[in-house]
Amino acid sequence: MKVLVPIKRVIDANVQVRVKSDQTGVELTNVKMAMNPFCEIAVEQAVRLKEAGIASEVIVVSAGPAQAQETLRTGLAMGADRGIHIQSDEDLQPLAIAKLLKAVVANEDPGLVILGKQAIDGDNNQTGQMLSALLGWSQGAFISAMEKDGDLLKITREVDGGLQKVSVKLPSVLTVDLRLNEPRYASLPNIMKAKKKPIDATSPADLGVEVAPRVKTLKVTEPPARAAGVIVGSVAELVDKLKNEAKVI
Amino acid sequence: MSASAKLGKFSWEDPFLLDAQLTDEERMVRDSAHAYAQEKLMPRVLEANRNEIFDREIMNEMGELGFLGATIDGYGCAGVNYTSYGLIAREVERVDSGYRSAMSVQSSLVMHPIYAYGSEEQKQKYLPKLATGEYVGCFGLTEPDAGSDPGSMKTRARKVKGGYELSGAKMWITNSPISDVMVVWAKNDEGIIRGFVLERGMKGLSTPKIEGKFSLRASVTGEIAMDNVFVPEENMFPEVTGLKGPFGCLNRARYGIAWGALGAAEFCWHAARQYTLDRKQFDRPLAQTQLVQKKLADMQTEISLGLQGCLRAGRLFDDGIIAPELISLIKRNSCGKSLDIARIARDMHGGNGVSDEYHVIRHVMNLEAVNTYEGTHDVHALILGRAQTGLQAFM
Repeated sequence: MKVLVPIKRVIDANVQVRVKSDQTGVELTNVKMAMNPFCEIAVEQAVRLKEAGIASEVIVVSAGPAQAQETLRTGLAMGADRGIHIQSDEDLQPLAIAKLLKAVVANEDPGLVILGKQAIDGDNNQTGQMLSALLGWSQGAFISAMEKDGDLLKITREVDGGLQKVSVKLPSVLTVDLRLNEPRYASLPNIMKAKKKPIDATSPADLGVEVAPRVKTLKVTEPPARAAGVIVGSVAELVDKLKNEAKVI
Repeated sequence: MSASAKLGKFSWEDPFLLDAQLTDEERMVRDSAHAYAQEKLMPRVLEANRNEIFDREIMNEMGELGFLGATIDGYGCAGVNYTSYGLIAREVERVDSGYRSAMSVQSSLVMHPIYAYGSEEQKQKYLPKLATGEYVGCFGLTEPDAGSDPGSMKTRARKVKGGYELSGAKMWITNSPISDVMVVWAKNDEGIIRGFVLERGMKGLSTPKIEGKFSLRASVTGEIAMDNVFVPEENMFPEVTGLKGPFGCLNRARYGIAWGALGAAEFCWHAARQYTLDRKQFDRPLAQTQLVQKKLADMQTEISLGLQGCLRAGRLFDDGIIAPELISLIKRNSCGKSLDIARIARDMHGGNGVSDEYHVIRHVMNLEAVNTYEGTHDVHALILGRAQTGLQAFM
């Protein structure tokens, strides 16, 4: 069974994100970029499936500008077998990415697609679900555990208020949550090996997908600064403020 | 406006945009080392330093990631370039100079000489196990009475049937109490310096720990005491003779130290910046005072210029045209400046600066040793003085 892992290049989680002065987006010039942390968990899971003999090949795919290849190399250094780079300088939105991935699935015929539950830049949490709908495959979102059981995958989903255990039929689209695994560090020998692994280049046009954005960003602004607190003189004053100013009781 | 007059955005942490001068592969190595150091080493270092503990397991972890003998091609090693090696040293030393020392010694002072000077049998026997961290190694050159002047060493290798008998004592040896193999330099009957690989368990060999160290407490330091230790002929490095043997190793280690010390300085600089931004006195952050800003500007300038020099040295190393004098220049510059930066950062932390919880005092103590070992600040000045005047002033 081939496993396809779509991955995304995002601003490094440790970087303090700044809004561009013209408010069209966030500053990306000379900002440290890295693989989306949820995508790292997805790659780790796929590599573990390969090590366990369940996956035959792990393919990482990323859509975006030329620098996305660096993120693909990181995936290869973690243990993926080959990469696919969908070259595009467009603002790629979840539906467009899901359509691109559908086309890649048609070409590669994987038995399983594993994605991060969301990317930490847009926090959309849509691509995996959309891909599952477009393919007509089963889906398991926010998984924190998985186990293969014949043609079924037994998965544990992190849902509001607890854990939900379900079985999904293969082929399937899974999105992974934080607690599924702890991704490995890319070792130096594997970084060197990754240089020799192939990355195929393709494009939205090659895949026959229209990727023009459908959602328009009007403005990006900093969140409002937190206002200073006040010290209240008595319980009565506190209750009064909660009731009449904050209107929470 | 012409294109050349366009201006960019200043990155306070990386004024020269060093990041953009690295290859994809080098950035990946750096990121891996950074993640490991911050997630696995940083949580251990406080207790390790406080109680003088070296966690032996760290060598296995570093081995698994390919950090040991990283520049060697083959024998289970990754074969990355010297720029990558420098970047790893910087990330590890950002946490602690002791951890970087343990790694440098294994890589540059044990694995490098075996790789460069050893017989094929010696390479096959030792390198793969040193690369994984199954074996720990150490390097014995310095003696109680031979520091900056290693040519005056007293350790002797007397020729006997089938090999040599080594007698003498080596001092200030990183990793020696936990070492499985020791690269030891000794003078033969003709007074010529030769290199030997000793193994733990040889009769007459002991490695007592040095107690009471106020520096590099997270790494273990000891002696190598040799009392007529029989070393078979096949454990001597066959080709190399004289001081060029140990000096070839020290060049590599010193290059790594030049990068590493600046990693420690970067930690101190960032910590001082954050501390003075957060701490308010007289109704404003300390960072809003001219005295503090001047100190921060000095730190930023010295570190970013220093790193740019290290990167250039790395490129020259990778092109095979680096001169040992340039390594002296960057080792001396990085260590001296980093020690100054750490001391000033300690001062900027006020009373909190002497608490190990803030980590800066640990870097100050560590850098005292780093400034001294592998050629003191002054000795490297003499190397550079000789190189530009043609006059040696060592004695």
